[in-house]
Order: sequence, then C-alpha cells, then structure tokens
Amino acid sequence: MKRADLVEATVAVLARAETSLPGWVIDRIEEAARTETNPLAESQLEAILENVAIAAQDQIPICQDTGLPVFHLELGRDANVPFDLRKAVAEGVRRATDEVPLRPNAVDPLTRINTGDNTGPGMPDLVLDLVDGDALRITAFPKGAGSENMSLLAMLNPADDPLEFVLETIVERGGMACPPLFVGVGIGGTFDLAPRLAKRALLEMSGSGSGSSDAGLERDFLARINDLGIGPMGLGGDTTALGVKILTACCHTASLPVAVNLQCWANRSASATVGDEGWNID
Amino acid sequence: MEHRLTTPLTTDDVRRLHAGDLVWISGTIYTARDKVHAILRSKGRLPVGLDGAALYHCGPLIRDDLVISAGPTTSSRMARYTKEVVDKGVKAIIGKGGISKAAGNLRSQAVYLAYPGGCGALASRHLKVIGVHLAELGMAEALWVLEAQEFGPLVVAMDSSGRDLYQEARRSAEANLKRS
Repeated sequence: MKRADLVEATVAVLARAETSLPGWVIDRIEEAARTETNPLAESQLEAILENVAIAAQDQIPICQDTGLPVFHLELGRDANVPFDLRKAVAEGVRRATDEVPLRPNAVDPLTRINTGDNTGPGMPDLVLDLVDGDALRITAFPKGAGSENMSLLAMLNPADDPLEFVLETIVERGGMACPPLFVGVGIGGTFDLAPRLAKRALLEMSGSGSGSSDAGLERDFLARINDLGIGPMGLGGDTTALGVKILTACCHTASLPVAVNLQCWANRSASATVGDEGWNID
Repeated sequence: MEHRLTTPLTTDDVRRLHAGDLVWISGTIYTARDKVHAILRSKGRLPVGLDGAALYHCGPLIRDDLVISAGPTTSSRMARYTKEVVDKGVKAIIGKGGISKAAGNLRSQAVYLAYPGGCGALASRHLKVIGVHLAELGMAEALWVLEAQEFGPLVVAMDSSGRDLYQEARRSAEANLKRS
C-alpha cells in the first residue's frame, strides 16, 4: 500500500471521529433522552443531542477536548507496508491538527511544554492487531482527558469482588467523567494487561470486535450502574451509563487486577480501510 | 425556574439562584483553567479584574479568533483555588463536575453553574472572542476574554445557600450502592 493513502486515511478518520458520533452512540443517547424521568437530566441529554447535531452540521469538533490521538490498527498478515506505520499515522495527526482543526493537547509530562501538533514521544498511541487479509483497517479513537482522568486500576485481593470496585469507582469519580458513560472493564491479566483490556473493551463496545465477553452479565451490570442515580453530568437522574463491556484474561492465582476505563458520552470513533488500490472510509 | 443574567453579576443576582434552576448568561466571561489559577495564586492578581465576573473552566479550541468548540473542563482540578477567586469578586464559576470539596468557599457570595460537559459545538454558537491574555500559556491554558450571548443552559448546581446537587446525587448513589 502507499504511504500517502494511509496519511490521507488518518486525516479523514480523525476528522470524521471528531465531528460526528457513530450512529449507534447517537441511538443510545436518544433512547436515554426518551426514557429519562428527571427533568434536569433530560435537559442535559437534550443539550448533548443539540450539540451533536450542530457539530455535524458545522463540521466542527463535538467537544473542544479533541483528545489524545489513539488508533486501533488491524493489519492484514499479507499486507505490504514498505514504510514506517507510526511515522505515517503521526503525519496524518499533524495534518488533522491543522486542518480539522484539533486542539493541541500533547505536552511533555515533566516540563508540561506543549508539542503543538498532538504528536511526540508515545503519541500517537497505536493498538496493533494482526488479522487475516492484505489490507489495513485504521480506527481513530480520540480520548479526552475528562473521562480518562477518572479511570482507575486496582490490584485487588483475589477474595474481593471486581465489579464492586467498578461500581465504587463510578460512585466516586463517574460524576466528573461527563456521564452518561461508556464503561470499559478489564479483569485479570497483569498490572499492565488489565488497562489494555479495559481500553480494548471500549474499542469493541459497538459489538464489531471479538474477545471473550458475557452479554448477560454486561446487561445486568449496566442496570446496576444506572440504579446508582448519578445521572447525566453527575447532577442526578436515571441515565448514568449507556454501555458496558467486560473483557477478561487469566491472571496469577495470587492476583486480581481490575481496570475501569471510563469514556464520556462523546464516544468518538471512525474507521477506514487502506489497501493496494487506495483507501475507503466506512 | 429560568433566569437570564448579564455580567458583571451582583451578590443579589447570585442569591436569587437556587439549585436546579437554569441560567442563560450574556456579557463578558473569562476562561481560566489550571495555569491561570496557579498564576492568580502566585502573583495575587490576573490581567483582568474579577469583580462581578463569571469565570469559565474551559480550554477552548479557537482558530483565527473564532470559537470553534468551547465546552467546560473538569472543575475539581480548580477547586483548591475557590477561596482566592471568590475573594477577588468572582460571582459565578462555570464548569463541569462541581467543586464539592470547596463548597464552603462559595460563602453565600458565589454560585457554581454547570454547563453540559462535551457540548463544545453548542457553546461555539454563543461565544465570541474579545481578546486574550497570557497567550504564552497555549491555546487551552490562556485566559480568553469571551462575549457570551444567551450562553446556556447552565444548571445552578451549587447555590449560595449551600445546596450542592453533586453531593446530593453522590450521597444517594452511595446509599443505593449499599443497598444493591
């Protein structure tokens, strides 16, 4: 495939993700607005829906926090990639920052100096999977700080209940993460695998992904989160979360890592496929 | 109850606002987030006067002096500076998520207004750039002077009598968690 195609596709998926929400996300917010019984909560959901419509109409970012550039790359085993993937995606991020435009959010963690273009050491962050085929599928998943800052990892005692920890985290921190939330949960693995599972849970929530996941458990857990009554923006109401996905991995018999990655209602993503013949956005 | 207010605000304006009311604000407002607050603490003042001011916890996306997207940032990070800003005369703090840890510092002098988080595109239709101070802090951290026109819906989330909708929602969530 051509490097220029991947750069163009990167600009296009970031622009799409920042300015229009996936249909399934809008459907869930609309459904919540229809069923919410708290008038103040309903006013927040209506403002969110008006905001989403304005962003799509004016082609402007839904939220001023255009996030850090996180991408999911599904690379076909037979794909021909005669260039540096990371550098090509970074070039797309720099162009999108100028063209969409995006807010420059990436700073050095110690000096706090802004790199100015959303790239730098570790950025963009690429989640890479090898899959069948000869194409590359790229998904932009820009992650804002409001919900990321409220996410949490714990190394629990195996006797503890991991879902209880998730509920406590949502009570403690969920109101500041711009609810209604999408909740990605990773249980098991190691200190670093649990949060990767939680992030992947968010990426796969629309149902397109694979990975072990228990739909019945997730439905029941979503109901338990909404029974808390934290509500949109933490102001009280029936709608605290719009989706839950739980991914698990084996862990050491002495360990119980659990990570909860919170995603605000602006669950932004867009995908494109790049092949030898060019690229197409979904 | 619904209110339409114009800055600068008075203590009387503030005392008429009750938790759960909706407010639309017009007039000059100032953005301020982590670094502007840190400067206020270290220097004891800002390049703009804050008497009667509405301070917006926001790091906007601005291009060529046009507001592209300008929703609120998480206010809890700025809660530690509440006493200073209220002492300087700020009457309304606008943000998201509340400043419950600093509720006592509103001291019947100021209110906390919640703008729906993430609604940056909606905000762009009601905010214009008048000027900028401390631009060297970068786009998100600079102190932007904005002209608001019917900027809202703002929920009175923490009122001057001490009611705090975030605390109420959280207490009830804690009770519901124990029951579940």
